Amino acid sequence: MKVRIDPDICQGQGRCFSIAPGIFDFDDLGNGVVIGDGALTSDTLELARLAQLNCPEHAIFIEE
Amino acid sequence: MTDSPLVQDFATDWDHSDPQWVADPYPIWDDLRQRCPVAHTERYGGGWFPATHAGVSEIAKDTENFTSRTVVIGNGRPTELDLPAPIGVAPPITSDPPFHAIARRLILPAFAPGPINALEPMIRELCSKLLDGMAGADVVNAGTQYAQYIPPGVIRGMLGFPEEDIELFLEFVHIILEGIDHPEEERIVEFEPVEKYFVAQMEDHIDNPRDDLTSYLLNVELEGQKLAMEHVFGTMVLILVAGIDTTWSAVGSAIWHLAHHPDDLERLVNEPDLMPVAIEEFLRFYAPVTMARLVKHDMEYQGCPMKEDDWILLGFPAANRDPVAFKDADTFIIDRAENRHVAFGLGIHRCAGSNLARLEMRVAIEEFIKRYPRFELANSEVVTWAPGQIRGPRNLPIRILR
Repeated sequence: MKVRIDPDICQGQGRCFSIAPGIFDFDDLGNGVVIGDGALTSDTLELARLAQLNCPEHAIFIEE
Repeated sequence: MTDSPLVQDFATDWDHSDPQWVADPYPIWDDLRQRCPVAHTERYGGGWFPATHAGVSEIAKDTENFTSRTVVIGNGRPTELDLPAPIGVAPPITSDPPFHAIARRLILPAFAPGPINALEPMIRELCSKLLDGMAGADVVNAGTQYAQYIPPGVIRGMLGFPEEDIELFLEFVHIILEGIDHPEEERIVEFEPVEKYFVAQMEDHIDNPRDDLTSYLLNVELEGQKLAMEHVFGTMVLILVAGIDTTWSAVGSAIWHLAHHPDDLERLVNEPDLMPVAIEEFLRFYAPVTMARLVKHDMEYQGCPMKEDDWILLGFPAANRDPVAFKDADTFIIDRAENRHVAFGLGIHRCAGSNLARLEMRVAIEEFIKRYPRFELANSEVVTWAPGQIRGPRNLPIRILR
């Protein structure tokens, strides 16, 4: 399972990297980026989902 | 408008400065969502108010049909002369694509989490000093003695203006906030002393560059060229206008809430890890900022005949109370786990200062409740709320319980 942020949708609301700093980081403009390849384990999936549920722009996608 | 007739029906005659709206807008918005999701007014030369999350979201993201040419509702409309291309009055908030992205890229790095998080010790010291100044009193004013002073103190520090100039700086902030929707000729005269001081500060920063926002703006390049002094000044004015009464309102609303919800106060005092989640709920429930758009051309939207230059009042605070988008929307839940609130707007105009606003809120509330773990409203009758597009308590007397 993988998480990704669509850079065309992300506006830098900043929720993902606050909620799940181990999974998301920010770039120079403050937009969200996924750390590494975004692969999720059963341990990190829940946190990634929580970040997704808090993104006002609906920019986070979790793929099987 | 204080001299306007009182509103009888907000569906056909809304006014965000009507006393009923200013005192308690939430029942009005609930009513509109049920019977008229896009309300109309003839006031201010004509405008519309979408009351649902879906409507606010759709219009905020639609830059084809709605322009940000001006974002503050007034009786007039900006003319071409007010808007020298391609900079505009206050880019990027008043810019549309494609220039918007260029202007925004210019300021975003200064407001990204990295540089903003570095300000935490400075903000903490500022809040702590303000609390020292209020020490010993049984009743303190969390609005006029505390919340009001935090954002200007922080922005003064960010700009790298001398600390001893704080009183002068506060006076300039007042001139700018009061004058921003005055006609341009008046504004130029009112801003003269402000501009003179700011230019002197800019010149000092040119001679003695340092690690602050003023030096950043003076050195940042737009299409290979440094910005003109006027542009730097314009951007400083935008930062002051956008960053002061907004955050001041957010801090004030949070303290107002805690002052009459002792259970929430107790939880925050005992569970400091709850703070980030609580901040988001404060932002959802008491979102201070409503922005405006203008309709670009005659069109129909959800059956409404919109005309070119009609106002759109983009009620992010109303969207945050829409039960379709939020479970128990009218209940403040301090540990609400899922919270897609839109207090900072949606789409390309997302508040550029959101990271700073959150940091100021967190530190201001942390320091206040550390100093005063128990407090209540001294007199709920005298609490006043700012009218217009920025909502927050202004007079906020708090009784300290020991």
